[in-house]
Amino acid sequence: MPRKVDYDLCMSCGGCVGVCPFLALTLEHGIKLIVDEERCTDCGSCTSFCPVGAIKEA
Amino acid sequence: MKDAYDVVVVGAGPGGSNTARVAAEHGLEVLLLEKRPEIGAPKRCGEGFSVNGAKTLGIKPDPRWTINEIWGANIVAPNGKRVSVRYEKQVGWVIERKMFDKLLAIEAARAGAEVLAKSEVVGLVMQDGFVRGVEVERHGERLTVEAKIVVAADGVESKVARWAGIDSTQRLVDIDSAYQYEMVVDLEEPDMLDLYFGNDIAPRGYVWVFPKGKDVANVGIGIGGNVSTKTAKQYLDEWIAKHEPFNEGRIIEVNAGGVPVGAPLEKLVANGLMVVGDAAHQVNAIHGGGVFEASFAGQLAGRVAAEAIERGDVSEAMLMKYDREWRAARGEILHRIYKLRRAIEQLSDQDLNYLAEQLTGEDVVAFANGERLGKLAKILMKRPHLIKAAKELM
Repeated sequence: MPRKVDYDLCMSCGGCVGVCPFLALTLEHGIKLIVDEERCTDCGSCTSFCPVGAIKEA
Repeated sequence: MKDAYDVVVVGAGPGGSNTARVAAEHGLEVLLLEKRPEIGAPKRCGEGFSVNGAKTLGIKPDPRWTINEIWGANIVAPNGKRVSVRYEKQVGWVIERKMFDKLLAIEAARAGAEVLAKSEVVGLVMQDGFVRGVEVERHGERLTVEAKIVVAADGVESKVARWAGIDSTQRLVDIDSAYQYEMVVDLEEPDMLDLYFGNDIAPRGYVWVFPKGKDVANVGIGIGGNVSTKTAKQYLDEWIAKHEPFNEGRIIEVNAGGVPVGAPLEKLVANGLMVVGDAAHQVNAIHGGGVFEASFAGQLAGRVAAEAIERGDVSEAMLMKYDREWRAARGEILHRIYKLRRAIEQLSDQDLNYLAEQLTGEDVVAFANGERLGKLAKILMKRPHLIKAAKELM
């Protein structure tokens, strides 16, 4: 299952985008974090990185 | 925006803007693209910048961003022991990144570069193994822009280089998770940086208090997300709750971000592509600072771009000049600093407390610049369980 973003917590910092080994994340217009469900392997790198706990297991 | 440029720079942070300015000063047609609506915001930064760094870069201090003079630092061990150094002259500033970045972009524009905010690069144009341009989304439109050279200065997110086949992924072991408040708070020493270390305070990182004036501070934390049980925000909030007067601070800004603390990329160029700054992992792995490194690399990249275009050769072999010159100037020292970071992160709180007894503030500042590592290794050697870490330093 792909990861889910909690938009109430996400700061749009984009760090997770660089961490994702599968290029599955995009910070659209520098604002909205989008998970590409086809590419996400549920590895959890983004969740480990996130400074505010905004990316969760589905 | 035109259909074609000599150089398209992706990302208007210090790396991108310095590249764009220098390339434009050499007479190139340059486009500098920033996906966010405002250059310089939001910042992901402690905002420390050294006087020597500004001199090396030829950046003239401007009171719009040199908002607070710094004369030294207090380094605080897990047990509260303070190791301090106050120099006889000013050594740096806490800067206003929003103004700093914006003015660098303004300088690029004045040099002749075209600058466009809120313009997002969503893909590359590739042909015959060369990067030949970018796909841009701007105000609901998708446009193709040709470029002889594309500069990937897209920061921590670093997608452009990866699209071109350079693996610039930020590995969890080599990126810190950062969280920060700007707060109004009465400060005891507004001309000193404070850094707090400890595995319970900030695993693999530190808490910083960087004064932006007598009663305003940038208070933040960097931690290793993969070696921590809580989020960066939780660690920082716990530290603040325990420390007066910060627990009474009034929060006027909140930021989060990723801070690369790894070793530089093994290759900074491809056919028609140069990688600059955080995207190239050109950072000081000990303190996580990247403004100087990105600016330095950007200026070099701008010069090499001009030479490559003048010669009509934008191949990887030609652009390697940037890679080689950068490594000669900064690569070796940043590698040394990276090795130091890998050694330091093995230290327990008892080890850190022990170090605080043995070291001066000057030592700690020297370490952060990759100097005096022999002295550190000797001190670590006295603790049998640290001999391995000490050897890695030598």
